[in-house]
Amino acid sequence: MRAMRLIKNSVSLALTKARSVARGSSSTVYCLLSTVYFSPSAVYLLTDLRSQSALDPAGPQAGRIISLWWLMFYVTGTVFLIVMAFLVGALVRSRRPRRGETLDVPDVKPEPARERRMSHVVLTGIALTVVILFVFLVNSFLTGRALDSVSAKDHLTIKITGHQWWWEVEYENSTAQYVVTTANEIHVPTGQPVLFKLTATDVIHSFWVPNLHGKTDLIPGHETVTWLRADSDGVYRGQCAEFCGFQHAHMAFTVVAEPPDKFKQWYDSQLAPAVEPANQSQAQGRQVFLSSPCVMCHTVRGTDAGSRVGPDLTHVASRQTIAAGTLENTRGHLAGWVVDSQKIKPGNRMPPNNLEPGDLQALLDYLQSLK
Amino acid sequence: MSARQTVDVSGLPTFAFGHRQLTWWCTLSLILMEGGMFVVLFGAYFFLRTPVPQWPPGVGYPQPFWGTVNLVLILLSCVPNYFQKRAAESLDLRGVRIWIAVLIVFALVATAIRFVEFGYLNCRWDQNAYGSAVWVIMGTHLLHLITDALDSIVLLALMLVGPVEGKRFVDVSENALYWYFVVGLWVPTYVVVYWVPRWI
Amino acid sequence: MPGRKKDERAERAANLEAARNDPEALRAYAAGFDAARTDDVLADDIADEHERAALEKTWGDEPGFWGWLASTNHKTVGRRFIYTAFGFFILGGILAVLMRVQLSRPENNFIGPDLYNQIFTMHGTTMMFLFAVPVMEAVAVYVLPLMLGTRNIAFPRLNAFGYWMYLFGGVMLWIAFILNVGPDAGWFAYVPLSGPEYSPGKRVDFWAQMITFTEVSALVVSTEIITTFFKLRAPGMSLNRIPVFCWAMLVTAFMVFFAMPTVALASACLLMDRTIGTHFYNPAEGGDPLLWQHLFWFFGHPEVYIIFIPGTGFVSTILSTFSRRPLFGYTAVVLSLVSTGFIGFGLWVHHMFATGLPRMGESFFTGATIMIAIPSGVQIFCWLATLWGGRPKFKSPMMFVLGFFVIFVVGGMTGVMQGAVPVDLQVHDTYFVVAHFHYVLIGGAVFPLFGAFHYWFPKVTGRLLNERLGHVTFWIMFVGFNLTFFPMHILGLHGMPRRVYTYQPNLGWGDLNMLATAGGVLLTLGVLAFIVNALRSLRAGALAGASPWDAATLEWATSSPPPSYNFLYLPTVAGRDTLWEQPADRPVVTGLRSDTRQVLVTRVLDAEPDLKVEFPDSSIWPLLASLATTAMFIGSIFTPWAVPVGMLPIAVTLTGWFWPKKKLAEERPSPEIKKEHGETWMRLKEQEG
Repeated sequence: MRAMRLIKNSVSLALTKARSVARGSSSTVYCLLSTVYFSPSAVYLLTDLRSQSALDPAGPQAGRIISLWWLMFYVTGTVFLIVMAFLVGALVRSRRPRRGETLDVPDVKPEPARERRMSHVVLTGIALTVVILFVFLVNSFLTGRALDSVSAKDHLTIKITGHQWWWEVEYENSTAQYVVTTANEIHVPTGQPVLFKLTATDVIHSFWVPNLHGKTDLIPGHETVTWLRADSDGVYRGQCAEFCGFQHAHMAFTVVAEPPDKFKQWYDSQLAPAVEPANQSQAQGRQVFLSSPCVMCHTVRGTDAGSRVGPDLTHVASRQTIAAGTLENTRGHLAGWVVDSQKIKPGNRMPPNNLEPGDLQALLDYLQSLK
Repeated sequence: MSARQTVDVSGLPTFAFGHRQLTWWCTLSLILMEGGMFVVLFGAYFFLRTPVPQWPPGVGYPQPFWGTVNLVLILLSCVPNYFQKRAAESLDLRGVRIWIAVLIVFALVATAIRFVEFGYLNCRWDQNAYGSAVWVIMGTHLLHLITDALDSIVLLALMLVGPVEGKRFVDVSENALYWYFVVGLWVPTYVVVYWVPRWI
Repeated sequence: MPGRKKDERAERAANLEAARNDPEALRAYAAGFDAARTDDVLADDIADEHERAALEKTWGDEPGFWGWLASTNHKTVGRRFIYTAFGFFILGGILAVLMRVQLSRPENNFIGPDLYNQIFTMHGTTMMFLFAVPVMEAVAVYVLPLMLGTRNIAFPRLNAFGYWMYLFGGVMLWIAFILNVGPDAGWFAYVPLSGPEYSPGKRVDFWAQMITFTEVSALVVSTEIITTFFKLRAPGMSLNRIPVFCWAMLVTAFMVFFAMPTVALASACLLMDRTIGTHFYNPAEGGDPLLWQHLFWFFGHPEVYIIFIPGTGFVSTILSTFSRRPLFGYTAVVLSLVSTGFIGFGLWVHHMFATGLPRMGESFFTGATIMIAIPSGVQIFCWLATLWGGRPKFKSPMMFVLGFFVIFVVGGMTGVMQGAVPVDLQVHDTYFVVAHFHYVLIGGAVFPLFGAFHYWFPKVTGRLLNERLGHVTFWIMFVGFNLTFFPMHILGLHGMPRRVYTYQPNLGWGDLNMLATAGGVLLTLGVLAFIVNALRSLRAGALAGASPWDAATLEWATSSPPPSYNFLYLPTVAGRDTLWEQPADRPVVTGLRSDTRQVLVTRVLDAEPDLKVEFPDSSIWPLLASLATTAMFIGSIFTPWAVPVGMLPIAVTLTGWFWPKKKLAEERPSPEIKKEHGETWMRLKEQEG
């Protein structure tokens, strides 16, 4: 049992990129496999980002799933080794030919006693297969029930709408003025179940945060639901898992799990309308924003910009990434994105903007003020 | 005197009716795959129907008059079809010619009525998913009517002018079998298209 | 006496073989022989020569380009089918290498998203529709009539038609791709992404029509396989003596019957949604995107077994031959194949676990998915027992089968994992699944297929492949395959989704992807080694003789390559491993005409001789009919009017196809030909009775 756990630990260590490595600290524990797998140059943009991995669960659901997976891994692994042992055994044992028999002459009438013995072994193998499969079936069913048990009356409800190629996030509330709308970055309070209502307006997408839970599709004309609970603080990356066209590869998001009080703080800040320009440049930037094609698609609450074709930008500066997890939210990236997003994410719906350098700087000043 | 042991088959007949003949298996294959396709079509129809509270959605019920006329007509066509098959299997060339001709008339009239039927479905194929499903179900059956009518015409021509051999009678017999299938398809199709919206 | 005659015949067979093309030498040889002692043997030989010449005249393809186009011989068509499918395999493989190059590094700029999406769609479509299914049918078209002991496949003109439809459909798709109108919505073409709104242009239309082409082809070939299996077996080959490969193809053919019409219907509805404004999949007008998924996977999952079951047929055949013993558990293996065929239709929803279906329903499909491991397990155990009780010879076909064992068992294990809904929710649409199904499809079908190529190459070409190079091919492919696809399991668990044209450096997927790309290059080298071996052996390989492996099935009872008529006299069968149980002096069938294409039809269960039917001649009409059909299919992409208008040439060509050649029918010296009608028909009836 101890040995089993040791093997399990070392395999998962080797397979899992743990947080310490992500932060760049070197460790001698990681042996051969890890050197093959871990890119030494991997530097995370977001300080608290956990590796996007089903092997590194941060919630009860991903945890239950990966335990089921490990169970199946060990059992099927053992079966594989046994089958291979039989295969090798069959190949290496050379049956001594009977007297006067050459090796190449086919054994048309195999000895009945041997055949009977072999059929006993085969039948045992089949019986064992059935038993193992039954164990899997029961375990799968129990795990499925456990996944559904992460629900509670006292929960947060978040509506996610998939768009080509970004995520619209809306925190539901019975009072309209407490509804928060944002994009591509989902904050959740640690330890609290969250109900996600999922749909899409264009094509099918799939909502997936490997560290927390498996996938649920977002299907036009349907509303699907899934529950998540993050048990430890952290930033978890999620990604669209259903092919959705040109930029399926760049349709990511982050789930930020933080303590409830911190979450409350964030929520309150998101409720507020956009900040007023604090200086001349920001004011000019807002003017540029409102007089350029930007307003055709984006909302900045507190201004005249109210279109919902693209992501809500009211608090864009508070987000850690832009372009659905494609770029870190820096001034340079923002500038590149505004001027020619097609270079960065070919095929996305945002047109290029040919702005005067001064206007661009002002616009960036304004956008970066939208905390 | 030959040195080898042989199985002499020179006395065997060169054609037979039913499953002894290869063409029967071809007909059976057609029936299997197209029957399967109709099952899937009906499945799709009910799949689309399930989540919708009102069916047909936003359009009137289909008018069953011409569909019912066609049902009667197509069921009646079993009579010439029966005689066609019987004539073929007793190698009665005259009978085959007559009954194929009668069957062709039935098939053509049924086809003509089918075109009328489309006008009484009270929906268009591009109106909503219900309309699409109904039109495609009706259209697929129409395709069967047309192909079997054409098939029968070619066979009739062959029986009138072509070199007639024993195996041609097998073809006629198979043609009759396939027509039974087309008839058999129309009954559930008729029920699904005209009556399911009223009942379910 | 019989023993001596047997020896004499064996000795003289070789000499006669040499003298076959030289009547002068033959006569001289016969004259010099002591006719008094063995005149019946000699009489047989001379009769054989006459028969051989007559059969060749009757069954051979007509000369020239026209004759080449008009051929309806199952071996000619089968060879074309195999070469074409292999060509598509190479094309699909090139696309795979391009994708591997693009993914070898994060944020690589080798291929942009537009082209990448076309490439992965084309890769999947080519491999599934233009390679995997057709190549299995192709091998069956070539091998089945030989294995069952008949002269040609049932409905030979339909066979030619099926090939042309397949060729034209595949070529149409690839021309579209080269013209930058290649489909880009995935081989599964999920709506609404593939619908009129999100895939404007003609790209998806070509994909949907390609489905129709290959569906027509697969269905007609399945019809031939089923009919040949049931009606054209050698006398004595009762159901319990039919080679396992033939059973596998029968199950495959039935699965095609029920799976293919579904996808044809689905793609026809998609095409109608795109061209004439129907709303099957449009949620705004009462349609449902999930309808597509149900229809597609009701076909798509059986499709996997349509590819894998012939693979198991290859494995059973090759394993038995090189273990030098009959297959262990013939009945169990056949029943496993049949039950796989049934269960295979109850799994489709496991592709849709993430769509939020009710949990209870999902549990049912988990049960079915896990259950299908049982028949596969039964086969694995029977094969192991065959090896265990035999004396394995490590010839190159056998090596591929052994490689299959290792790879396929891994694929089966990961398949069981994914059958569990919770695990599936995590690994679905990730590289874990990519790894899984390549293990199952390449391991379960392509390795056995390469085994089959090495196994039947001498039969088809008359020359042996180079053994050493065969082993080298195997090891390169085996190592290359595992290097390519094993890392993908880990990538998938680490969250790498499928169908992404690139990924970001900070995700840490770069190194394993680089490894997979390196493996892909190695795998490509393996395939190249096979091609080199095949081309070299075609010209300079050792002569194979009739039965280089001393195998048990009937295709080895005729010369390599087989003559156009397959067997001089149709063989008879008295046991399951025919050629092992009665190596020589099997009774043969006589009394079939050699001046017309007469074929023996036997009864379904016990294969008693029943009828002598005449097969149609070679004909250009199947080609013309498929050209007319192609015109209609392609036309319908551009205008719906192509359907009614295009029906006319199809009707004309089909009529031409079925219209008997009057002259031929009248020349036929048969009591059936009657210019007058009436009571003379009664004679026919008597004959019938």
